[in-house]
Amino acid sequence: MQNPYLPYPVRIEEVITETEDKNLKTFKFVFLNPEDEEKFAYRSGQFAELSVTGKGEIPIGIASSPTEKGFVKFTVNKVGLVSSFLHSMKSGDIMGIRGPMGNWYPWETMEEGKNVVIIGGGFAFTTLRSSVIYMLDPANRPKFKDIHVIYGARTPGMLLYRDELAEWEKRDDINMHITVDAADDPDWKYNVGFVPTITEQKAPPADADTYAIICGPPIMIKFTQPVLDNLGYKHDHIIMSLENRMKCGIGMCGRCNIGKEFVCKDGPVFTLSELSATPREY
Amino acid sequence: MKVIKIDKKDWPGGLEKLSGNYRLFGPVKDKDSHDFRELPKGKLPDFDFQNTRLPAKSLVYPQSEAMFEYTLDESQPDHHVMKAVKKDYSPRAVFGIRPCDAKAFVLVRKNFDTPEYKDPYWIQAYEASTFVGLACDDPHGTCFCTSAGCGPFHEEGLDVLLADAGDHFLAKGLTEKGQNLLKAAGWTAETEADIEAMKKAAEGKISSSVSTDKLEAKETTALYDAPFWEEQAFACLNCGTCTYSCPTCWCFDIQDENHKKSGIRMRNWDSCMFPLFTLHGTGHNPRGTKMHRLRQRFMHKLKYYVDKYGAGIQCVGCGRCVRLCPVNIDIRKICELMNDYDSGADTCAA
Repeated sequence: MQNPYLPYPVRIEEVITETEDKNLKTFKFVFLNPEDEEKFAYRSGQFAELSVTGKGEIPIGIASSPTEKGFVKFTVNKVGLVSSFLHSMKSGDIMGIRGPMGNWYPWETMEEGKNVVIIGGGFAFTTLRSSVIYMLDPANRPKFKDIHVIYGARTPGMLLYRDELAEWEKRDDINMHITVDAADDPDWKYNVGFVPTITEQKAPPADADTYAIICGPPIMIKFTQPVLDNLGYKHDHIIMSLENRMKCGIGMCGRCNIGKEFVCKDGPVFTLSELSATPREY
Repeated sequence: MKVIKIDKKDWPGGLEKLSGNYRLFGPVKDKDSHDFRELPKGKLPDFDFQNTRLPAKSLVYPQSEAMFEYTLDESQPDHHVMKAVKKDYSPRAVFGIRPCDAKAFVLVRKNFDTPEYKDPYWIQAYEASTFVGLACDDPHGTCFCTSAGCGPFHEEGLDVLLADAGDHFLAKGLTEKGQNLLKAAGWTAETEADIEAMKKAAEGKISSSVSTDKLEAKETTALYDAPFWEEQAFACLNCGTCTYSCPTCWCFDIQDENHKKSGIRMRNWDSCMFPLFTLHGTGHNPRGTKMHRLRQRFMHKLKYYVDKYGAGIQCVGCGRCVRLCPVNIDIRKICELMNDYDSGADTCAA
């Protein structure tokens, strides 16, 4: 019987400090047993339990893309016991990864030539980064029509993956709308304004072939949803990814449910219309 | 199915024989109540009880158990890698489990044994066990099993059903596991005796009930928003007694426990009554008040489980939470409120 609680052993290959407040770091992991990488086959939108031996586990969205081979990447905010300890770890250290877990963004549908609008805020851009890398892969890009990315943070220094954002800005097969709440950098050449405002200005009009994926802090989601409503987005075309406290990640330990659905196993990806039918316990 | 007659004078000898092939467990009197313990050689299970204080749940699903072990000592080649812990899943025989606690395992199995994932600890312990149930002929006033998909002689989840007939037991071998146990104990005397009459009499003694017929048709969000939750939760202390004493509650936590350079990853029972159960790292808590937590407990048992599995409520009517709750919160009353609740949303405003 395969034990779903047993993490794959991994080595930290690289630690990158992402943001100016140094509270967000990206960890690149390599599997100690190469065959585990195949077992860890995942889709963009899924998450995994990072297992810091002796401290515990944390559920974190997968930031690398299935098209990137040889490693997996996670960006972790320094919050509690496990994430704080993880922030003190360095390349070469051994820990574990359990997963992949949960469902993913509706690629099966979106890959039929749909428009995709990605709306992200703050450090919730991790599985969205995975999604962008996945869609921009030369083998995948023809499967999608227009791609828009609206991504905001408090300041330029709080944006994740800044080098990649700059590269995407240069491309003509993706429409980037980067924004910050405020910039004191006179050379800032992108947008200034909150994500809902930029969404109102830049998001394409709604139609049956356009899907919006939103990830961000609750306040951003609260004010972006009416904007999408005004633009005419149907609630089954608005895709969201939830977070809840988790332990097992496989629908057994009982804490992350919203109604009868487990965020870890039946989610974390839900459409807004699905969420309307469940208690809002997230 | 033939009924086996076990003369009570042959009872100790049979258990003695079984102790060669099984680890034996049964109710033992501890102060004022009975609880399940492993029976040392020669110790007989004590059947002089109405029901055990706590259910038999912990025999399959211990309150705390080791999942993995590890070393943090970097001079060891496998440092920081989780390793399996040695477990004893040799055959065990559990005597004197009430039919309600046995049925509870059937309900809980749906959580731990799923098409996608198998919980190896729960499943192996469950499969290693042969359950020799003891039918109830003296139920508590708070028992409502007959309306909760169970009953004092209910057979689901049992391998053997024993009925106490004075100077002898009447035994039904319900599964292959159960028949093997009866044979191994040397209890093979078939009898024409029938336990149907005993069953009818026992069922007649169950004096309380719940109505569950309308739960499935209710709108989840309407029930969730029902106005009665605040009042029902008013006295709740969030002590967790109901969840720990419940044979169908399965929630757990996972914690690493270190001692110097080594450690164990543990699984411990947890409870939806505790604020930490759902607290986010940000400080936000989606079930931040005791009302949220009490509502979660009852919505889970009486609505979410019903909808998820289509196998009735996640309750066997053992009545322990009713008897043990320090502020007299009563699942029977809350079940009635839920079953009878009419939000008006389903009615046409004609």
